[in-house]
Amino acid sequence: MSSGEVVSAPGVREDAAPGAEAAPGAEAAPGADPAPGAAPAPGATPAPGAESATGAEPAPAIVTSGLTKRFSSGQLAVDGIDMVVPPGSVYGFLGPNGSGKTTTIRMLLGLVYPTAGSHSLLGVPMPKGTVQVLPRVGSLVEGPAFYPQLSGPDNLARVDAADRTADPRTAKQRITEALDRVGLLAAKKKHYRAYSLGMKQRLAIAASLLQPRELIILDEPTNGLDPQGTREVRGLIREIATDGITVLVSSHLLAEVEQICTQVGVMRTGKLVFQGPLEELRARGSARIRVTTSDPARAAEVLGKLGLADVTAGEGEASAALGDQAPEQVTRELVYAGVPVAGLDTPRPSLEELFVGLTGEGFDVDG
Amino acid sequence: MSTAELSAPRGGAPAAAGGTPLAAHARPRNGLATWLRLLGSELHLMFRRWRNLALLGVLVVLPVVLGIGLRVSSPSGGGGGPNASFFAQLAGNGVFLSFLALTILLALVLPLVIAVVAGDSIAGEAGLGTLRYLLTVPAGRTRLLSVKYAAVVIFGLAACLLVSAVSLIMGAILFPIGPVTLLSGTTVSLADGLLRLLWVTLYVAAGMAALAAIGLAISTLTEHPIGAIAAILVLAVASEVADNVAQFAVIHPYLPTHFWLSFDALLRAPIDTATLLHGLLSFAVYIVIFGSIAWARFTSADVTS
Repeated sequence: MSSGEVVSAPGVREDAAPGAEAAPGAEAAPGADPAPGAAPAPGATPAPGAESATGAEPAPAIVTSGLTKRFSSGQLAVDGIDMVVPPGSVYGFLGPNGSGKTTTIRMLLGLVYPTAGSHSLLGVPMPKGTVQVLPRVGSLVEGPAFYPQLSGPDNLARVDAADRTADPRTAKQRITEALDRVGLLAAKKKHYRAYSLGMKQRLAIAASLLQPRELIILDEPTNGLDPQGTREVRGLIREIATDGITVLVSSHLLAEVEQICTQVGVMRTGKLVFQGPLEELRARGSARIRVTTSDPARAAEVLGKLGLADVTAGEGEASAALGDQAPEQVTRELVYAGVPVAGLDTPRPSLEELFVGLTGEGFDVDG
Repeated sequence: MSTAELSAPRGGAPAAAGGTPLAAHARPRNGLATWLRLLGSELHLMFRRWRNLALLGVLVVLPVVLGIGLRVSSPSGGGGGPNASFFAQLAGNGVFLSFLALTILLALVLPLVIAVVAGDSIAGEAGLGTLRYLLTVPAGRTRLLSVKYAAVVIFGLAACLLVSAVSLIMGAILFPIGPVTLLSGTTVSLADGLLRLLWVTLYVAAGMAALAAIGLAISTLTEHPIGAIAAILVLAVASEVADNVAQFAVIHPYLPTHFWLSFDALLRAPIDTATLLHGLLSFAVYIVIFGSIAWARFTSADVTS
């Protein structure tokens, strides 16, 4: 029942600091392999000690293995996901509302305890390592939440006071810097309750930047923002990433994170249905071949004869799934069969279409 | 136990977890100093909330009104119990206004004050959503809970001291002040009387600390502070009612409120230590049991607010 968490820790000495565990690397490795498109995952690297000594391949920022959450209501919110977030990447965590993204993020941060599976952050097993690793992780979970009666700086001071790794002597300076970074310094006298949604969102990001971080987890950071605010947040994320910090950013809108992500993971009804580099997702869309012709029936017949699947004939054009056929070959056959080819192209589905294909259309959010 | 787990494998792979230079900053600093810093932040938040200040304001106004009312109507006798003797003594000595005020406010107002701050302690943060941010800092669940409890106890102590102090001042203004005649008939010096008042105040605060532990446990069960506050208050009042029904005599010593008024043991010579210790033991048992419930619940619960 208890999390086995380290308590107020008067006994935890300096040398019990993060990274003190020998096990995490070893534990993280087996979790790394089942991920389908896990790009530069270090896989089953042996001897974590040797690995880190040379600094050749740092541990993945996040590894989950069969991570599952079934709430006491019986609802299966997250269903055995194997997630690998490579260090230094910007990982777009996508999926429609209700697909389990937020529950996953809450599990990653030790707010919700998984019912099965395991995970580690920066190589430290969670939730056992909560106290050890979370100071190196900044986060924004399900929208900003602060004390309405306090100003921005006072709210950040509250967050900073809770951090046992924070130096109270530098608090003021760090708070000012964090506010400056998100452009809230001018509004430092204003009470939080008078903030606009965009300002609230930015204050939450400032809170995650109070200390130097190695990983930043942002859950729907652009939710409810106007296009201007969205662009600002995107710029901020890009800036954070150029500092070498790993970023996991969740969103239900592909377009919002597409421009900044190097990796994507796509959730649907609690399952991770795709994970890998963005290009891999792009390449996944199978191309079609589309013939513009005055004799679509004839063209369709030829395409069918070539063994292409999903042949359709429409007004002035015929199309089919290209499969592994070379378009040149198809063209030759068409011309040879006497089809008057006026035009020919091989369209690929847009990223958006692929995304929707993975996650389902608008209203079929199951579960 | 965790300490051992953490420090043991130190020699193995110091840089295993990312091994970046940033790791240095993330080391926990002195445990007690950071605990006190969080407590300071908590008290700051607590004592600057208008609602809480209004509650303390009520605790200032009520003894004043009580003192003036009794002065005007020249006290001659209340109901039964210790109240009666306090009423009788008041005309001769203003110090008794403090005892009287504590007794009267213990019936409802002081429990209400504790219910508000204790019920709000965890549920308020959960309802606001700030709980998830405190926990991802990470504040540490056990650490946060201990700070919350300490803050509520301090607020309760402040409330009791305020009642005693204000009524002492009012008593001194409105009534004669001098050597104190105790309930057992002995007369002690004013200094001794004031010292006994301090002990009485601390005893009442200990009773409030027991209620605070119950409140803390209830507060971990919900995201709705109002619900928690109401539940705590209902519980306190129900206990007081049960304590006054003779048919429930069997359970009387086990009720959380049963020993609240036993502070009159301090107003006897010699002091009735048996009753006093019995009361303090009862408070301690409540603190341990409900503190454990709060801890078990808070450290194992999913934070979904």
